[in-house]
Amino acid sequence: MFHREAGVFKTSYGADMALYPLPIAKWGVAAFAGLFIAVAPLTFGEYYLSLLNLCLVAIIGALGLNILLGYTGQISIGQGAFMSVGAYTAANLIVRLGLPFWITIPAGGLMAALVGTLVGIPSLRIKGIYLAIATLAAQLIIEWTINHVTWISGGMQSSIEIPRPSLFGIRLTTEAKIYVFLMFFVVLAIVATLNLLRSRIGRAFIAIRDQDIAAEIIGINIFRYKLYAFAISSFYAGVAGALESYYLGIANYEQFQLDVSIDYLAMVIIGGLGSVLGSIFGAVFVTLLPIATRWGLQSFGHLFVSQADLDNLIPSLRLVIFGGLIIFFLIVEPDGLARLWRNIRNYFRVWPFSY
Amino acid sequence: MTRISIIAAALVVGAGAALGLAGSAAAQPKKIVIGVQCDRTGATQIVGTVLCPAMHDYFNYVNANQPLAGYTIDAPEIDTSYKVPPAVEAYQRQKQEGAVIMAVYGTPQTHALNERLEKDQMPTTTPGFGIAASADGGKYPYLFPIAASYFSEGAAAVKFAKDQLGGSLKGKKIAYIYIDNPAGKEPLPLIQDLQKSEGFELRTFAVPLPGVELGAQVLDITQRYHPDFVISHLFGRSPSILIKSLKQNGYPLSKAVGLVWASAEADIKAAGGWQVAEGYHTMQFAGAGDDYPIRQAIKAMYAKEGKTVPATMDDTVIYNRGLFEAAIQVEALRNALKLTHGDPPTGTDVKKGMEEIHDFTLGGLVPPLQITPTDHEGGGYVRIFKVHDGKLVPETGWFNAYRDLVWQQVKAAEKTE
Repeated sequence: MFHREAGVFKTSYGADMALYPLPIAKWGVAAFAGLFIAVAPLTFGEYYLSLLNLCLVAIIGALGLNILLGYTGQISIGQGAFMSVGAYTAANLIVRLGLPFWITIPAGGLMAALVGTLVGIPSLRIKGIYLAIATLAAQLIIEWTINHVTWISGGMQSSIEIPRPSLFGIRLTTEAKIYVFLMFFVVLAIVATLNLLRSRIGRAFIAIRDQDIAAEIIGINIFRYKLYAFAISSFYAGVAGALESYYLGIANYEQFQLDVSIDYLAMVIIGGLGSVLGSIFGAVFVTLLPIATRWGLQSFGHLFVSQADLDNLIPSLRLVIFGGLIIFFLIVEPDGLARLWRNIRNYFRVWPFSY
Repeated sequence: MTRISIIAAALVVGAGAALGLAGSAAAQPKKIVIGVQCDRTGATQIVGTVLCPAMHDYFNYVNANQPLAGYTIDAPEIDTSYKVPPAVEAYQRQKQEGAVIMAVYGTPQTHALNERLEKDQMPTTTPGFGIAASADGGKYPYLFPIAASYFSEGAAAVKFAKDQLGGSLKGKKIAYIYIDNPAGKEPLPLIQDLQKSEGFELRTFAVPLPGVELGAQVLDITQRYHPDFVISHLFGRSPSILIKSLKQNGYPLSKAVGLVWASAEADIKAAGGWQVAEGYHTMQFAGAGDDYPIRQAIKAMYAKEGKTVPATMDDTVIYNRGLFEAAIQVEALRNALKLTHGDPPTGTDVKKGMEEIHDFTLGGLVPPLQITPTDHEGGGYVRIFKVHDGKLVPETGWFNAYRDLVWQQVKAAEKTE
């Protein structure tokens, strides 16, 4: 049962490159996947599924940003705008051409990738905080464009209603059905990211992040791979935006404003830069922490103050606690929640014979 | 040591969660749940911090003094910070808690929840924001804007300008200054329609978000365009800046009207005080000021409980809007309970109750609404108040204008939605 390794005995490249070298990890992941893919939609209540659905959309967006920021080292404050590109592309294709979701969602991703590539062009010449400002400009330009070009936004209110996707004649109307739908894309995104990162492209990304001059010297075409990173990252964002629109039944540009980009940045940094697991942790953490703190405050608050004061206090206190916890976790482990998890795992890996 | 403290913290959190669960399980059986979404934090917090306490005050007042037949009102509130995902979570949470009517806050939130509201048959009030076309109850059966939509406000503003300028707008110049987002642009097609039929000259001045810099627009208006009337549709900090800069540039404020979100006491104070804003016109969908029986009753309620009256009540414009929204909701519940003869009402019952609200005025605070299954806006009534002598004085009675043109816009908006 507690089968652990006692040294490195790998005899093939395949074993060395395996995503989960230990059987316990493989079975653990399988059990976890089973719980969330099969058990959750059947047993969880509607409310809890809606929480998970919000997390699932965030996970895809965070994965995309992590490829760019965590693996390639290119900062972007335009995630929200790339999501809106995906959302409006999908929405227009559905409403005008009546295309099914399995065309509109990839199409949304591709359009976002195209826009992302354009936005990525300055990354050849500028780095770090300068690039952040360039992507911020992209965020504002895209917001403005969607707001003003009614051909894209579908009218004065800049919102397009989207019918629910249907699959094999079943309209995905309940939270559970949508959950399975979203989960399919999340699994796809996770597996794709894990494999991307051990491919030639992924290794090039990491080389560029660690030292771009060295990477260029060993023959990596920096410009091309930086644009790849922007394209892939924006593709994820576009898919996440399209999925969010499908989930909410509407594409609305106010869903994808600057604060959303900042939220995604927070997810990736808190979760752990350069870690797939970290993106998942970060997305879940940022989505659920405000809700968890509210629950906590509502449960305890009555002991201390009246209901009217509590209503007044919770929203502000929640922000304070949210901010405080982010600082706390970053002080405890600057490399994010993923690193925290790895430390815990490593501790128990040799437990109780750690000497 | 650290491990002990972690375990202790986990135990405390667990106990708290258990307490919370026990609390909700042991609640009284006869209660009606109103789900309130709020924005006490986030972009629009100047509204939420006043509006939501007002709603709770009204619900408490009803529970204490005019209870619903056999029920108490329970109004759990969730803060969404004007973001969409928290609004979805809040909606599901309050639905789970058994809400039969909801108060959503924010236009994107209304858009995002609309489909769910319809599926779950959850009547929802969205006064002063939300989907403009939702005035049409046939198309949006569970959305109740109850207050004048931006279309109605635009029409009323033009009508007001016409009355102020001597009954005709022919050859007059009107400036429309607005925040450059969907909400700001919404009244524009209607005003353009009116421009053709009334024959005035119109120029529009867009203010980019967040709207704290409008020097160029104001100079353009006051020094180059010289309009006969200014209609402003601004939010947040910008109304106060507009008032201040119009004043500085010598434009008479009595020739300016602000639509409903450019019209609170906070805007006047931020503009430099009542003296500066003297003469400025504000448009309201709920009565402003202190002279309403319900406000006195709530103050008496605080006095009886031995508490001081909260400062939020001084912001009468927003506070009264909270009373307005809460009062309409309670009235809908009363009508619904009549329909069910005292049985717990469902969302559909409350919707029917809402559609039977006629001439419920709450001592003049609420306009003479006529909500019907087809008109969820209730007629689109507004009232203009004027800044005079340190308070808001009514300048007109409740009125609406150009209803046929407004409904044309509603129908047109339905097509593009």
